[in-house]
Amino acid sequence: MFQIIIAIALVCISLSMLGLIYRVIKGPSIPDRVIALDALGINLIAVIALVSIFLDTYAFLEVILLLGILAFIGTVAMAKYLEKGVIIEHDRNK
Amino acid sequence: MIEISKIIVAILILLGAFLSLVTTFGLLRLPDVYTRNHAASKAATLGIMSIMLGTFIYFYMEHGHFNSRVLLGILFVFFTAPVSGHLISRAAYNSGVKLWDKSVRDDLKKARENSKSTR
Repeated sequence: MFQIIIAIALVCISLSMLGLIYRVIKGPSIPDRVIALDALGINLIAVIALVSIFLDTYAFLEVILLLGILAFIGTVAMAKYLEKGVIIEHDRNK
Repeated sequence: MIEISKIIVAILILLGAFLSLVTTFGLLRLPDVYTRNHAASKAATLGIMSIMLGTFIYFYMEHGHFNSRVLLGILFVFFTAPVSGHLISRAAYNSGVKLWDKSVRDDLKKARENSKSTR
């Protein structure tokens, strides 16, 4: 019973990731795609949590924290690139 | 594993999966970037936090394994997902993405014009 519930949740999250991929492909502007990719990364965290319950092992739980950090850094870098045109500014040379 | 903790874990996980589906419907159906960002950065954060809390309770009850990384992950997602939503929304506004054509107020535009005229 419990495994069936985990499987149902995995199917729901897979469907929602498919919808997000549709938004990444179609999205009319670049921030749309970045938002959808950020949500994809966050859904991937949920997939890892559910798979580690499904396989009944706690070896993968470090990946959760790692993916959270990576999704945040990627989104911040894309936002800064969209806003200023560079990600790391060279202030000293000015 | 105690039966009631199993029920709690199942409810938390199903709630998280449902909120994830809600996020996707918001991203597919809402009209412009800002409303989509509103859907994505709130519902996805809450859903993922509840799924991670369910995972934490599951491993604590089933194996007696107190995994502090999952708790740190919950805290980290709770702190950073709204920040990244704010950053990407501000970048969208500054790079000139239009609001929905039926939206009636743009207070940020007015505030920017005021700050330009006083400068």
